[in-house]
Amino acid sequence: MILAGVAPGDRVYQLAITAFALVVPALLVLIAIAIGVAAWPAFATAGLSFITSSEWNVQAGKFGAAPAIYGTLVSSFIALLLATPLAVGVAIFLSEIAPKWLRQPVAFLVDLLAAIPSVVYGLWGIFFLVPMLREHVVPFLRDTLHLGSTPLFSGPAYGPSMLAAGVILAIMALPYISAVTREVLLAVPRSQRDAALALGATKWEMIWDAVIPYARSGIIGGIILGLGRALGETMAVTMVIGNRPEISASLLAPGYTMASLIANEFTEATSDLHLSALMAVGAVLFTITLIVNAIARWLVWRVASGPRS
Amino acid sequence: MARRQRTALVSSLRRRKTGNVVMLALTYIAALLATLPLVFILFHLLRQGASTLTPDFFTNMPRPVGEAGGGMSNAIVGTLILIAIACAIGLPVGVGAGLYLAEKRAGALAMTVRFLSDVLNGLPSIVLGIFAWQFLVRPFGRFSALAGGIALGAMMIPLVTRTTEEMIRLVPNSLREAALALGYPRWRTSMSVILRTALPGIVTGALVAVARIAGETAPLLFTAFGNQFWSTSLDEPIAALPLQIFAYAISPYDEWHAQAWAGALVLIVIVLIISLAARHVTRARFGSATD
Repeated sequence: MILAGVAPGDRVYQLAITAFALVVPALLVLIAIAIGVAAWPAFATAGLSFITSSEWNVQAGKFGAAPAIYGTLVSSFIALLLATPLAVGVAIFLSEIAPKWLRQPVAFLVDLLAAIPSVVYGLWGIFFLVPMLREHVVPFLRDTLHLGSTPLFSGPAYGPSMLAAGVILAIMALPYISAVTREVLLAVPRSQRDAALALGATKWEMIWDAVIPYARSGIIGGIILGLGRALGETMAVTMVIGNRPEISASLLAPGYTMASLIANEFTEATSDLHLSALMAVGAVLFTITLIVNAIARWLVWRVASGPRS
Repeated sequence: MARRQRTALVSSLRRRKTGNVVMLALTYIAALLATLPLVFILFHLLRQGASTLTPDFFTNMPRPVGEAGGGMSNAIVGTLILIAIACAIGLPVGVGAGLYLAEKRAGALAMTVRFLSDVLNGLPSIVLGIFAWQFLVRPFGRFSALAGGIALGAMMIPLVTRTTEEMIRLVPNSLREAALALGYPRWRTSMSVILRTALPGIVTGALVAVARIAGETAPLLFTAFGNQFWSTSLDEPIAALPLQIFAYAISPYDEWHAQAWAGALVLIVIVLIISLAARHVTRARFGSATD
């Protein structure tokens, strides 16, 4: 029996929007299949050594992705190290401290950082950031802070380097971390702040002891979200990291990330195994970012989904 | 005794107050440092790009190395075509999925789709490039504008889905009830009352999504590939502004570097105009809330 009041159009409408909604999971499954199929020959040939071997030699047909995995992790770690204090500082500034008239413009400027295309960051990186690091920052680190003797800052500094990649990734991840942090801070109930102030806390003590702990898991979620961005960032990194498949302790040496390896070698890849090896690097990247993103979203949701006991 | 306690309290109070001032000042510095890169980037773009940016840049084709001048007309048109394809895919799917999420709210499928759409949004764009390459380039043996547009469209879907959902949730329930009470079927209520009320917000979300994909380069390396010649054909490689900037930036030639800066300036102006338009639409929406 057809229920009175259910128009025939409603069925079509329900079907249509359900179908559109199903596109999202379908897309993820298709992406996983595409990458799995493309990557399979390389995984089948190299086995586990694909991840553990650090020899990436196209001529010899040896594909070990360890340098790229290492470079991805190190450059993203540098990025988070630089971006997190700044981003959290900006978010605190915008949600707790800044005078009203300053909030909108500063928030807008920081948000704009997220709108700048990756390739523009890369262009700027090649012609300004890299020379600036080589001529000012590296001499400062070595001569003024005497860090040249530590392995991190030893060896020749030509310019394109892991450090340059880390710095540019920090700038790119900053707006994401600060946007999420600001959102989470704004979700902290007013009473939390009032209670701290009523106990005689200074403004900073209120922020540090009452607001931040309440928002902690959301802030961590934001940082992990920024990590997800940094791990998968391609063009800007390709343009400043130097693209050399070697593991070096020095941050001033060139390196590779998974994404930049794929982008850089894709057009030159002639053999099927080389192509497949690049896709296998993509598969590793896909898996890592999938996990990182799922964790981040879960953490942010836990805070954003309303008050808890 | 009491006096000693009081001096201890006073000195601890002084320490707390100093700490307070120092930390608050540090957040000001953080805000300043965070806005500096943007200022630097915009400044360098203007200084390096403005002199090459003549009307010829928009109407001429790229010239070979050694010849000064030339433009990126093919890349600008290519980027517009890619954006159009992406919108044709990303907008209907995103709005449809957003409608579903807003109506079903806490249903099991809705929760899953919402979560997966956030996860999809965080995936590296290069991964979507590989996806489009495997399904749309490899089987046909050639790069194509269509594959590039589809990769970008797939990137738009999660963005449009989530903003559509949020905007529809802002529509007062009384509007929905009024329409239903007048005897409108649900689908007409959704189409002509709810979607229409939420339209400015959805347009904002769409513009933000377009601003994000307009500058995407990584997925296009595997799909649209770039083209030195004039092409508007959908089943052939097509030029795109970001690809052209990348190719010129990593080349060793000064003339091409100048072109890359000019191209980057055009790209950033396009992205900024779209972003500002998005803000303007939102403001118009809240401005008209009183009438």
